[in-house]
Amino acid sequence: MLILRCPNCGIDADETELAPGGEAHLRRVGPEASDDAFEGYLFHRENPRGVHFERWRHAAGCGKWFHAARCTQTLEVFGTYSAQVTDPPQDIRDAITARRPGWRWRDIE
Amino acid sequence: MKRYSAFAIAREALRGHIGWERAWRSPEPKAQYDVVIVGAGGHGLATAYYLGKNFGITNVAVLEKGWLGGGNTGRNTTIIRSNYLQDPSAAIYEKARSLYETLSQELNYNIMFSPRGVLMLAQTEHEVRGYRRTAHANSLQGVKTEFVSPDRVKELCPIISLEGPRYPVLGALWQARAGTARHDAVAWGYARACSDMGMDIIQKCEVTGIRTEGGKVSGVTTTRGDIGCGKLGIVVAGHSGVVAEMAGFRLPIESVALQALVSEPIKPCMDVVVMANTVHGYMSQSDKGEMVIGGGADGFNNYTQRGSFHHVEETVRALVETFPIISRLKMLRQWGGIVDMTGDRSPIISKTPVENCFINCGWGTGGFKAIPGSGWAMAELMAKGASPLADGFEMHRFREGRFVDESVAAGVAH
Ligand SMILES: Cc1cc2nc3c(=O)[nH]c(=O)nc-3n(C[C@H](O)[C@H](O)[C@H](O)COP(=O)(O)OP(=O)(O)OC[C@H]3O[C@@H](n4cnc5c(N)ncnc54)[C@H](O)[C@@H]3O)c2cc1C
Ligand SMILES: [Zn+2]
Repeated sequence: MLILRCPNCGIDADETELAPGGEAHLRRVGPEASDDAFEGYLFHRENPRGVHFERWRHAAGCGKWFHAARCTQTLEVFGTYSAQVTDPPQDIRDAITARRPGWRWRDIE
Repeated sequence: MKRYSAFAIAREALRGHIGWERAWRSPEPKAQYDVVIVGAGGHGLATAYYLGKNFGITNVAVLEKGWLGGGNTGRNTTIIRSNYLQDPSAAIYEKARSLYETLSQELNYNIMFSPRGVLMLAQTEHEVRGYRRTAHANSLQGVKTEFVSPDRVKELCPIISLEGPRYPVLGALWQARAGTARHDAVAWGYARACSDMGMDIIQKCEVTGIRTEGGKVSGVTTTRGDIGCGKLGIVVAGHSGVVAEMAGFRLPIESVALQALVSEPIKPCMDVVVMANTVHGYMSQSDKGEMVIGGGADGFNNYTQRGSFHHVEETVRALVETFPIISRLKMLRQWGGIVDMTGDRSPIISKTPVENCFINCGWGTGGFKAIPGSGWAMAELMAKGASPLADGFEMHRFREGRFVDESVAAGVAH
């Protein structure tokens, strides 16, 4: 059972209280973008075996969105953080580096 | 290859079973093949088989990181049906279903295809309309299905409770020629036939990199050394994203866990497959007497082949309402597989941005039923560069907005 600490209300929420929201930090491309870029934004998804960043909603709790950093190979949780950032904060990156030196996700390392 | 037959069983019984051969060889990899297939699941093996059988291409290796059939092919609940909504789906799933009918004879291997019929319950007004529409679509596609009344459902499956407390049964989509088969046997039968044609099936050989020269594929690096190839087929289901990344392209796919479970064996009580998509559960009875149960997939990316317990609980809760007789059954085993989900719930059988590199994936929760048709199409695509059965399933359909939307027909995981 996956347990994530909701950074909005501080509760350790188990999976049944949470709604998964898919890949984190998607960047919408502008109207002048190429078809390739639009395809990437709309359909292509990071699907790593290892470090992954996701959006979650504390659906049966405070109802608010947040971000989580997880390992899809072991289900280890590296940490959760605010939904109101466009990149993972440094403390989360450090927590991942401590456990997975040399990790990389998109162009973030 | 020594053929299996009633005579062979009698002969071996009389001489202490010393004459059975290994079903397939386990050779060392060669330096170069015409075609390398990554992944010895049903789809990879079927691709290799039809490359040999339909196109005479037999200098082929199938590379498997674990054991043959140990991925989703050996983990699924074996439902075979072809009552999908869209024309490209009907074509490939019906091709697969019809190939399944004679596959045991063709492969000289008993895959235990059992066309016992599949009922998909309609438990809301919306589903009634949806399945009526599917039945009409199927009749235009030449796939024989019909929408049946609750009384007929009860006749076909007496242990069902029509007056479910949450969702009464309002009818069902019935495909009489759908059914089940033995999943391992499908992989084993294809593997034996491939090996017999001279193909190399190499287990415990993980592909770790894809080599290209001038935008063209030239080979793979593996845990058992470099292997060159003229053409490469990637058929790795849940690991498609990982292997595509090695080749340098991205996919509209996410990998999640899907689980199944079986009960202790009981006397025969149900000779059809029943799927209940609204409540997310389905059930059939195996030849051993176990009730085989499946339900919904998890909602988050996962490669652990373990799913979340609450999904099992939801599935069983729903099925106990529909089949009160199972409420005291003990469950014996539960397991998970990593399924490759596309946005439109249809597969990808396609060329890729890398020349001579092809991909077959995205079968998600429902690709066992498609194995023979998918292998047929993939082999044709790899041999000739195009296949009518693969038309519509290109990986670029997403950017062009040409979805093959089966999210309704697929409904629940199966
Ligand atoms: C619980 C469950 C129930 C299901 N129920 C049904 C059902 O009732 N009906 C139905 O039609 N479908 C069902 N499915 C879906 C079906 O099982 C799959 O769609 C189908 O088996 C996929 O076959 P495959 O050959 O593509 O993949 P797999 O059988 O998973 O084979 C892929 C192989 O690739 C190998 N591989 C991966 N990476 C590498 C690498 N780097 N190098 C070498 N080898 C590699 C893997 O080890 C694996 O053996 C179910 C799935 C699950 C998990
Ligand atoms: Zn909260």
